[in-house]
Amino acid sequence: MSEPSGRLFVKGNEAICLGAIAAGCRHYYGYPITPQNDIPEYLSGALPEMGGVFLQAESEVATINFMLGTAASGKRVMTSSSGPGISLMQEGLSYMAGSELPCVVVNISRSGPGLGGIAPSQGDYLQAVKCGGHGGYKMPVLAPHSVEEMYALTMLAFDLADRYRSPALILGDAVIGQMKEPFRPVPYADPGLPPKPWALTGAAGRPRQYVKSLYLKDEAIEVHNWKLWRKYQEMAEREVRFEEFQLEGARIAIVAFGTAARVAKTAVQWARAEGIAAGMLRPITLFPFPAQAVDAVAQRVDTLLVLEMNTGQMLEDVRASTSAHDRIRFLGKPCAMPTPEEILREIRKLAGKAP
Amino acid sequence: MTVQVKQRVAKKVFDRPLALVDVKSHFCPGCHHGLAHRIVAEAIDAYGVREKAIGVACVGCSVFLYDYIDVDVVEAPHGRAPAVATGVKRAQPDKFVFTYQGDGDLAAIGTSEIIHAANRGENLTVIFVNNTTYGMTGGQMAPTTLLGQRTTTSPAGRSARNDGSPIRMAELLAQLGGTAYSARVATSSPAQIKKAKQAVRRAFETQLAGKGLSIVEFLSTCPTNWGMKPLDAQKRVLGEMSSYFPLGVYKDWKAQGA
Repeated sequence: MSEPSGRLFVKGNEAICLGAIAAGCRHYYGYPITPQNDIPEYLSGALPEMGGVFLQAESEVATINFMLGTAASGKRVMTSSSGPGISLMQEGLSYMAGSELPCVVVNISRSGPGLGGIAPSQGDYLQAVKCGGHGGYKMPVLAPHSVEEMYALTMLAFDLADRYRSPALILGDAVIGQMKEPFRPVPYADPGLPPKPWALTGAAGRPRQYVKSLYLKDEAIEVHNWKLWRKYQEMAEREVRFEEFQLEGARIAIVAFGTAARVAKTAVQWARAEGIAAGMLRPITLFPFPAQAVDAVAQRVDTLLVLEMNTGQMLEDVRASTSAHDRIRFLGKPCAMPTPEEILREIRKLAGKAP
Repeated sequence: MTVQVKQRVAKKVFDRPLALVDVKSHFCPGCHHGLAHRIVAEAIDAYGVREKAIGVACVGCSVFLYDYIDVDVVEAPHGRAPAVATGVKRAQPDKFVFTYQGDGDLAAIGTSEIIHAANRGENLTVIFVNNTTYGMTGGQMAPTTLLGQRTTTSPAGRSARNDGSPIRMAELLAQLGGTAYSARVATSSPAQIKKAKQAVRRAFETQLAGKGLSIVEFLSTCPTNWGMKPLDAQKRVLGEMSSYFPLGVYKDWKAQGA
């Protein structure tokens, strides 16, 4: 796996495992579901070898509650799953958001709804960014588009989770999870995170404390809701991440994330080679969404082409980010990876050329 | 001649356990949660585990566990306490971890979590309070509601044909390989309370010895939702409840010489 140069050549799903281990995560819980099984299979060997804990749960409901208990103990903890399993975790995610507990959840999503299929899809965007469970919480959502980012954004997800005392989610799909790429893993660097005095370690030498999400007295739940809201505002101010790809002088700008964005990079390069001024804005954080960047691009291009592997979910956020609605177009490939040829044809059409 | 007079010094024979917080509880008159809380607090004192104990509260009348027991407490979603406790214990194996759950929580919505925690032999202690109804939500039918018992959602009485028969968790969990100790107790007489204390202590010893899951099921009253006076509720526990849910020890690793 490791080359002499210090480079690794691994699958995206394995890169997630390596990122988690590098970030000091020693607790993983999960339940089998395609297409993410490489993650539990890898960690079931790796974690016990380093004194960590791997435990296969009886369900995703149990999984997320194992995580709740380990997070309340002050330890970094991760799970991975896919659409139907992520749905089962929504109750626990809501409790963890309400109890302000950090964890990292990986969704190597499959196509839905229901049992859907195992084809790559971006159909879980709305569930991820809009609050999949009850009560109106948010959490950082990261969308890697390369194996290297599967590694690096996993480390970032742990940092964001700890900094904001919140679950954080990595949204991938079967393509990004299964493809192999070489990359040079950067070592984890602690960004100076706050300690965890709230962790439940037994009331030794201090008064007892608790981790909870129930607030019945007076206006306590209102106060709590505004506190969470301020946290989400702070994320929106400080944590927006995106990539601008060949946007200089662009007349047509694609907005895409994850696998769709990775494919679109090829189409943009081909379009540029043909003399079409195309570029791309790639949201790396889906929450917080790079709304200002989308608006800035929308104001200076002729067309904003939203590209997704679904029927138009991030499209809602793009529309909410700018008033230039007449410039927005959509290309959707629900439950399939678009080819660069398909994207190029659409770009040519938008540029007024023969497709 | 001097006469030796034996000095009579008042000796304290009853006191609040250190682990029981000195506050007024929200429990209804005649409810036995207070007794169960006290017995747990006494065991925490007896084994000196207060500073390393982490309790897991369930959803129901006992959700305010953290107001009454002087230990760290995490609140679990409804039924998920054994899963949350698993996550705590796996992260901190040196801590003393217990759940405190009602019958709706453990025997209905949380059946999967308790069965698998027991089957894995998670080294946890489960305090299970069975009062045959959902107390906090207003007396609806529970999985433990007796046949014929009228509740707000079984107004004609529970029928086996429609609702199934009440579930006996202490017996059921005793069948699983990972369960090291399982007992059912009650707190409706001094003799029963004495046995309940012994059972809870044995459950604590089970965890401290690293033997696996220990569960003590308490038959408890709910005078408010049963529509009974506290003393009549006690009689119900002594009568029809303990004849359907027999008191006793269903599994004990120590007795089996494990």
